[in-house]
Amino acid sequence: MPSDVRLLWRQYRFERRLFWRNRSAAFFNFLLPLIFLALFGAIVHGNQSELDVIVPGIAGMSVMSTTFTALAYNLTFLREQGVLKRIRGTPLPSGVYLGGLALNAVTNTAIQIAIVVVAGRLFFNLGWPPHPLALVVFVIVGVAAFALLGVALSHAIPSFDSAPAVVNGVFVPVILISGVFFDVKHVPGFLRAIAQALPLEPLINGLTGGLVPRHGTLGGHLTALAVLGVWGVFGVILAVRGFSWEARRSG
Amino acid sequence: MMRAMASTEPAIEVRDLRKSYGELEAVRGIDFQVGRGEIYGLLGPNGAGKTSTVEILEGYRARTAGSVSVLGHDPGKRPRELRARVGIVLQSGGIYSHATVAEVLAHFASFYPRPREVAEVIALAGLEEKRDERTRTLSGGQKRRLDLALALIGDPELIFLDEPTTGFDPAARRGAWQAIRSLRELGKTVLLTTHYLDEAQELADRVAIIKGGRILAEGAPHELGVGAGTRYRVAYANGNGEATVVETDDPTQLLHELTGAALARGERLSALSVTRPSLEDIYLELTADA
Repeated sequence: MPSDVRLLWRQYRFERRLFWRNRSAAFFNFLLPLIFLALFGAIVHGNQSELDVIVPGIAGMSVMSTTFTALAYNLTFLREQGVLKRIRGTPLPSGVYLGGLALNAVTNTAIQIAIVVVAGRLFFNLGWPPHPLALVVFVIVGVAAFALLGVALSHAIPSFDSAPAVVNGVFVPVILISGVFFDVKHVPGFLRAIAQALPLEPLINGLTGGLVPRHGTLGGHLTALAVLGVWGVFGVILAVRGFSWEARRSG
Repeated sequence: MMRAMASTEPAIEVRDLRKSYGELEAVRGIDFQVGRGEIYGLLGPNGAGKTSTVEILEGYRARTAGSVSVLGHDPGKRPRELRARVGIVLQSGGIYSHATVAEVLAHFASFYPRPREVAEVIALAGLEEKRDERTRTLSGGQKRRLDLALALIGDPELIFLDEPTTGFDPAARRGAWQAIRSLRELGKTVLLTTHYLDEAQELADRVAIIKGGRILAEGAPHELGVGAGTRYRVAYANGNGEATVVETDDPTQLLHELTGAALARGERLSALSVTRPSLEDIYLELTADA
């Protein structure tokens, strides 16, 4: 039987190859953070404290969209199309298959974060990340938490037709209240409390420490890391429970 | 040595299999065996319990009760070795739409310890002209042939075919039947579910008629229903040319009486025929809602 590591590598390469082949999806995947950076960079042009908010905000949004949004969509699609069921009937271990999907998503996260970091250096006067450790730790924990929550959300989506409504119904309000586009301090108190209990605001909080000079180190964002970690644990439980290889059938 | 020993036991053995979904009993205690190299058909109307039965054997569903053995394994435990020896053709299986036919087959081949050649399987499925086309450009019939090719790529001993020709036009159906017959020549064991009678009659060595979660009759398609209590139908035209049909359990005696009487009157029995109930008659009788 082929070894699991080799199978995982093959599965990952296959997913990557097909990802690039779907050109419009690949294009928008990488253009989106750039468009947001360009738009908000123009809006708050010359105001460094605003720029300091936008860059980690877009970085956090990128983590969420490449993992949470992408996996919720993909799994709903693969489940509805019967791809998951077909794979389940082959000797490919389920964990290897899902690992390939996750690595594919994480690769997109890494590319988007790299784009944001380079744009921060070139256009937003941020320099290279002052605390790379904080950046790496928060990206890793954020990716894990949001990927698992995306898997969990896919269980709640009844069909691929309704996926955009459900996914955007979660994604858009969360990015609006979590300080992606403005400092979360400007959000009314009760909304801020909600945002701080959700995973995106703590992620952006930690990414700010990693990306923006004089906003603390990893040690200064431990509360945020803890909140994100709790969401990660939640994500594991919700993703594993109720995982289904098949679309719900009417009959 | 192990393989030689293993090949003497049946490919599939099912005893008192039961499956309930909450209150609904979909499978209510069925028994059957499928021998090595046999094409076995589960024939029944929609909702008869065919798919539940097959999905338990494929390892997709847990059974409620009973015992099941597939190539000597319990499919409920989903052993990887069993999945490497079984090919599954699903009723509706999606596939990577941006990959080509050859790419998908080469990728799936990498899952198996001893796969068949991609080119060979493409030829077997009749997809040579589509080998470098993306799967999303395939027609419905070509997609089903790719389904078959994907089930064969691992060189399985046992193949599950769930409603393989549902929605096919007559020509595509003939083509699929030819492909299924070629599996017999390869020495494969096939478990086929269908709600088409002619399909079961055409392809299966043995058929089980299933309804309401129970097997109502089992046997070779031409033997089904032959036995005690079978009604033969004797039709003839009498001396006045009136068509007459008589049903009997004992055609020998009836024919003797009819022909004897006709000879005594100096008449001929025209349009004489004796017919055994067809699989269709038996199927309709058994599955009719009483």
